[in-house]
Amino acid sequence: MWSLIGIPVLVGGLLWKRDPILVVAAAAFATGLGGGLDPLAVLSALGKAFNDARYVSIAFLVLPVVGLAERAGLQARSRELVGRLKALTVGRLLIAYLAIRQLSAAVGMLSLGGQASMVRPLIAPMAESVLALRAGEGDEARRQEVRAQAAAADTVGAFFGEDIFVALGAVLLVQGVLEANGLHTRPATIALWAAPTGLAAFIIHAVRLLRLDARLGRGRPAAAGDAE
Amino acid sequence: MIRIEAAYEVAGVVFAAAAASAALSRQTPRRPAAVFFGLIAVSFLVGDRLGDLGNGVLVLALVLVGAFGGLRGAAAVFRTPAWAVGDQRLGNWIFLPILLIPAVTLAGTFAFGAIRVGGAPLVDPKQATVVALALGAVVALIAAMILIRPPLAAPATEGRRLLEGVGSAAILPQLLAALGAVFTVSGVGRAMQILIGAAIPLDNPFLVVAAFCAGMALFTTVLGNAFAAFPVLVAALGAPVIVHRLGGNPALMGAVGMLSGYCGTLVTPMASFNIIPAALLDLPIGAVIRVQIPTAALVLVFNIALMCAVGFAR
Repeated sequence: MWSLIGIPVLVGGLLWKRDPILVVAAAAFATGLGGGLDPLAVLSALGKAFNDARYVSIAFLVLPVVGLAERAGLQARSRELVGRLKALTVGRLLIAYLAIRQLSAAVGMLSLGGQASMVRPLIAPMAESVLALRAGEGDEARRQEVRAQAAAADTVGAFFGEDIFVALGAVLLVQGVLEANGLHTRPATIALWAAPTGLAAFIIHAVRLLRLDARLGRGRPAAAGDAE
Repeated sequence: MIRIEAAYEVAGVVFAAAAASAALSRQTPRRPAAVFFGLIAVSFLVGDRLGDLGNGVLVLALVLVGAFGGLRGAAAVFRTPAWAVGDQRLGNWIFLPILLIPAVTLAGTFAFGAIRVGGAPLVDPKQATVVALALGAVVALIAAMILIRPPLAAPATEGRRLLEGVGSAAILPQLLAALGAVFTVSGVGRAMQILIGAAIPLDNPFLVVAAFCAGMALFTTVLGNAFAAFPVLVAALGAPVIVHRLGGNPALMGAVGMLSGYCGTLVTPMASFNIIPAALLDLPIGAVIRVQIPTAALVLVFNIALMCAVGFAR
């Protein structure tokens, strides 16, 4: 039971607003020591797992290109481009991206989108410029919310699309865990039962994005009043 | 055969270039950033040769430099570089490098499967996508250098600029994955299983389903990873109670259980899916989580309703 000590360390450290990497390292040591490992064994387990998990950080290798393109005017050009599409709103732009992201994830192309390669260079700046064009510059809080919505569209699309594709890690992990518990299933059946939730997630998030549009539009007079 | 290590080498070079750029910068003292990025480069380039304890020491060093080196906030001193001032000649060609990344990733994922050298596939089929992504980044960088013609050091400078913006959060997702592994070897799953088994009335399908789905979301919120929570909840409730005791559909239980875990991922500050965008888009992590809470809550309710409605075929 003492191995559970890492969880209060984790939650407490985050609530106490210490640096997250320090909190996570402390939680790992507390858990390992609580579970009866000696300090060097914990350090080794941590090192091995960190090395095995390098694929998690692989997305950073696109940043030099993203940075170069940004400096050469990528965001200004995105702004011009979305300015020409008169019917575009923040919500419609993000619904379109959500649909593309979820469909491509559902056919196994999970690495087509992503926060580093699509949201930061293209989707977030486009969403911000649409906000500026349709609802006025707005305050920093509103721009932050629009950037956060761009990130959310990417994550929601990826999460609730990937489980519909048979050969991705998530479905195979589900099958493996069920198998380990003596339950025999086929990956295709698991993927099939992920589809209703995938559809529901798309509808729920798309409706929320349409409501965001309504809210951003309504907020215009107030924003003008704030700026007096 | 080309394996994922090829992609690690590309990532190692990116971090090494950022470290060199930070070390040589004259604007402000950037030694902690140079050490931090340098250590990540070492991990990517020679991590397999360090041994478990060596990697552990590397993690410890990264955590200390990352937490106490004052890494974040340096990005603000950047000004628009001379080569980029008033650069309008590219027009829409500026999108080409960025769009090349997904295009090459996609083409590579399919093409690598067909290319065989001496009977063996050229690229490890399991890791074709990641290798294709690395190739896409390299092709895109070459295209950007030809189109934009910045100074040769510009990719290193720009990579460092964005990485400095991310700061010590750059290693957090990987560290959380490592924490999950420590949880496993320390027996956290079994301990949690005992606690849950003691807390839930097991004959009411609605309560059990609600506890299973909400438990997946809650455990994922705490652990930061649905893949870590899933085996615990299936062993504690999914297999013994939902399937064996109440006659539930195992494939539906597995699929919907995992997707309930994703609802937890959407709202946890412990997951890379929220940490990385917050860092890249210059947002507090709470801002990303806040806009995802309603979707997560509604999908979780849908999941519980779906499993109650069709999960127990009689």
